[in-house]
Amino acid sequence: MSNKYTEDDLREELKTKEYEYGFYTDIASDTFPIGLNEDIVRAISLKKEEPEWMTEWRLEAFRAWEKMIEPEWANVHYAKPDFQAISYYSAPNSKPKYDSLDEVDPELLATFAKLGISIDEQKKLSNVAMDVVVDSVSVATTFKKTLGEKGIIFCSISEALREHPELVRKYIGTVVPQKDNFYAALNSAVFSDGSFCYIPKGVRCPMELSTYFRINQAGTGQFERTLVIADEGSYVSYLEGCTAPSRDENQLHAAVVELIAMDDAEIKYSTVQNWYPGNAEGKGGVFNFVTKRGLCEKNAKISWTQVETGSAVTWKYPSCVLKGDNSVGEFYSIAVTNNYQQADTGTKMIHLGKNTKSTIISKGISAGKSQNSYRGLVKISPNADNARNFSQCDSLLMGNECGAHTFPYIEVKNKTAKIEHEATTSKIGEDQIFYCNQRGIDTEKAIALIVNGFSKEVLNKLPMEFAVEAQKLLEISLEGSVG
Amino acid sequence: MLKIENLHASVEDKAILRGINLEVKAGEVHAIMGPNGSGKSTLASVIAGKEEYEVTEGSIFLNDEDIDELAAEERAHKGIFLSFQYPIEIPGVSVTNFIKTAINANRKAKGLDDMPAKDMLKLIREKSELLEIDRKFLSRSLNEGFSGGEKKRNEIFQMAMLEPKLAILDETDSGLDIDALRIVANGVNKLKSKDNAVIVITHYQRLLDYIVPDFVHVLYNGRIVKSGGKELAHELEEKGYDWIKEEVNA
Repeated sequence: MSNKYTEDDLREELKTKEYEYGFYTDIASDTFPIGLNEDIVRAISLKKEEPEWMTEWRLEAFRAWEKMIEPEWANVHYAKPDFQAISYYSAPNSKPKYDSLDEVDPELLATFAKLGISIDEQKKLSNVAMDVVVDSVSVATTFKKTLGEKGIIFCSISEALREHPELVRKYIGTVVPQKDNFYAALNSAVFSDGSFCYIPKGVRCPMELSTYFRINQAGTGQFERTLVIADEGSYVSYLEGCTAPSRDENQLHAAVVELIAMDDAEIKYSTVQNWYPGNAEGKGGVFNFVTKRGLCEKNAKISWTQVETGSAVTWKYPSCVLKGDNSVGEFYSIAVTNNYQQADTGTKMIHLGKNTKSTIISKGISAGKSQNSYRGLVKISPNADNARNFSQCDSLLMGNECGAHTFPYIEVKNKTAKIEHEATTSKIGEDQIFYCNQRGIDTEKAIALIVNGFSKEVLNKLPMEFAVEAQKLLEISLEGSVG
Repeated sequence: MLKIENLHASVEDKAILRGINLEVKAGEVHAIMGPNGSGKSTLASVIAGKEEYEVTEGSIFLNDEDIDELAAEERAHKGIFLSFQYPIEIPGVSVTNFIKTAINANRKAKGLDDMPAKDMLKLIREKSELLEIDRKFLSRSLNEGFSGGEKKRNEIFQMAMLEPKLAILDETDSGLDIDALRIVANGVNKLKSKDNAVIVITHYQRLLDYIVPDFVHVLYNGRIVKSGGKELAHELEEKGYDWIKEEVNA
């Protein structure tokens, strides 16, 4: 026996160590014990069979996170989660909870029906055991084949770490560094899964990514990590989320999304977020603390479009770093809050390159006792000659107990910059409602109509199919908001 | 069709209608005239079911049914249409989308499915031609940035689309130039039949040259103080309202 310490020895030792720390059996099980420490981070990485550099990367994030303080500057108020009371890993694809739809909350099923979701999808979404649907399987297969022919990689981030570690290693954390902020650091340390997408040079992705996977997207975990890379001259439209209500038991969601648009590339990223907002009295609901950021190289373009209707507390600022000359960043947002929901959302447009352009259209709709804030930063750096920004922030209020707030920050360090900011606040008027009523449209429908009209500029930016669903979603989110 | 009995109504505890009696039969056109502040628009709003107005006494019957308890949209479903004096803006909602929503809401109330898109398009084309409405107009945001004439023409377009039993035109002539007035009046005349009725609320005789009333009523201080045939409108045009006021106050 040589004295050389081999990899096998290391593996053996790690195993033993895990066992010593009491995690060995837990790794075999589906859910980790609650709490967070370096061993948990290591265990997640091990469970996912990640390369060593990834484990180290996670640990680095964890160590940074330990020293960080949860931010308090947002215009939201909530009891801070106890991070040691959360289990940081749950195996996906756990057993179905129910045997048939009859066991599922009828209210949830009613909402599904309103959204026009098929029975099979309903089963999947509400975690009911189901047979394989031949159609959707074949669609998914054709889908993968088409993408494969073009050299497009679209898979889970875990799969990407196994199959394309060099790509992940090169780009992960380059736009949202591990230490970027409290939640991003947490995500970097413990992310369970997410999506990875790579579009090769000059390829135009022939379909909206993830529409066909809507069903599969529904069950994604609480610490999601997404990495989208559009190589030079490529184009991709990516859809995230699900219009169906998600009754997730996890209270805390801290996702990170990184987009990289290389020279002449374009990424369109659309989100519909409909996590559980809590009940009408403000009990329960998801905390949605998300970091989304895209990097634009020369002549590149990134568009963020979001429809945010869910979650009890939202903290989210999809941003663009306009590094390359002539690059373009866009942010189109609809944020709806009802009952006791709180949203602090907006964007950051960081102009670094020359002739960079950004557009911000934000539509906030507040009802009930909710608080809805737009927070945006437009930053023009000294080298960004001829940078342009147009921002428009409109707020629509329903009733007298909700709030709408706008916090625009503008930092300009170059005299050639041209920045425009427009903001309006309006209230749905009784006259508008009566006008609709007089034409036979009831109040509920009238509000939906007015809200859809108000949000139109943003809804128009969504892919067609998504837009129809998003419209219905707005209606449902505001149901019962007027007495 | 419409029968109003001893109708009293107030807004914010201020009495505006003080005992209106009026009967409108199918196939008839009634004009309601009167000086400013006499309660003309209030009467229109009360018939349409605007919530801010409280009926303190009396009743409104539509085809022998007391509609006092019905919500505005339910009255609309029963065939009451109000052409607004000041049509309301709804930004981002196109003329087409709005009327489509209205038509389907009325169909739903009658237990019918949505109108097929093909039929809807045909109907829109037909009615917009009747009112000489440009197609581009149909895609604009409802009443947003419309001229006075466009707003009123759009009201009558909606009326043409919805084919109400009872149409109340509240100061439809205000803000219209003579050409627009002719187009709007033509539209109303073409829609008139023996099965429906029209109430024209106006300040001036002008519109009544085009939409000829069977009866003219003068509203003053919340009451109908004088009724007559179309010649009454001419008399008012000539003599103004002062002699009516004097008669009432005498």
